[in-house]
Amino acid sequence: MSTVTVQLFASYAESFGAPTLQLPLQSGSTVADLIDHLRLLPGASILPESPRVAVNRKFASADQPVGVGDEIALIPPVAGG
Amino acid sequence: MIRAALVTRAIDPAALIASIASTGYGAISLFAGTVRDTSDGRAVSAIDYSAYASMAEAELEQIVAEGADRFGVTSLIVEHRIGVLSLGETSVAIVAAHAHRAPAMDCTRYVIEEIKKRVPIWKMEHYIDGTREWVDPTNSSRVTAG
Repeated sequence: MSTVTVQLFASYAESFGAPTLQLPLQSGSTVADLIDHLRLLPGASILPESPRVAVNRKFASADQPVGVGDEIALIPPVAGG
Repeated sequence: MIRAALVTRAIDPAALIASIASTGYGAISLFAGTVRDTSDGRAVSAIDYSAYASMAEAELEQIVAEGADRFGVTSLIVEHRIGVLSLGETSVAIVAAHAHRAPAMDCTRYVIEEIKKRVPIWKMEHYIDGTREWVDPTNSSRVTAG
């Protein structure tokens, strides 16, 4: 089975205890599938109902497919300014 | 000049204004966000800004392109600082120039509001009692970070 690296930042990185996580990736996996995997891990209680995810530096919808070469990041609530 | 950047040095709003000043403009609007000494009634000592830098810069560039297009602004600069900032320091500066004041002012407002919605930047507030917390604008009950 392939894996994909998910980048974590700020409060999410603290909660999961790591700046990146390796998640299993099957053919046809979507953003929602990755979130389902994340929810099984320690620290996942910080995730809101619909966490924001970026694929290749753009916000992605839950049904967007993800592939091995994609840059995946979980985006905590932003607080710039 | 249209540009956006994350920076790790102090932001100099006057220098940004000077860099786009032109006799063709009748209005230069500046928005500067600064580090306030209280947050929800707690005394703040500093704020640590962090970012998903590559995406944050891409989003900032997209926002300034939208702002310039929407308001007909031909000079627009945004700088957002990352790192530990002391009280009163400038965390973000937006400078927009136009022949007339309304587009210049509306453009700076648009840019800061969009930054707050969609640029992946986070801030951890440090308090004078030694505690710290991640700021979560979507939730009034905050994550305790230590």
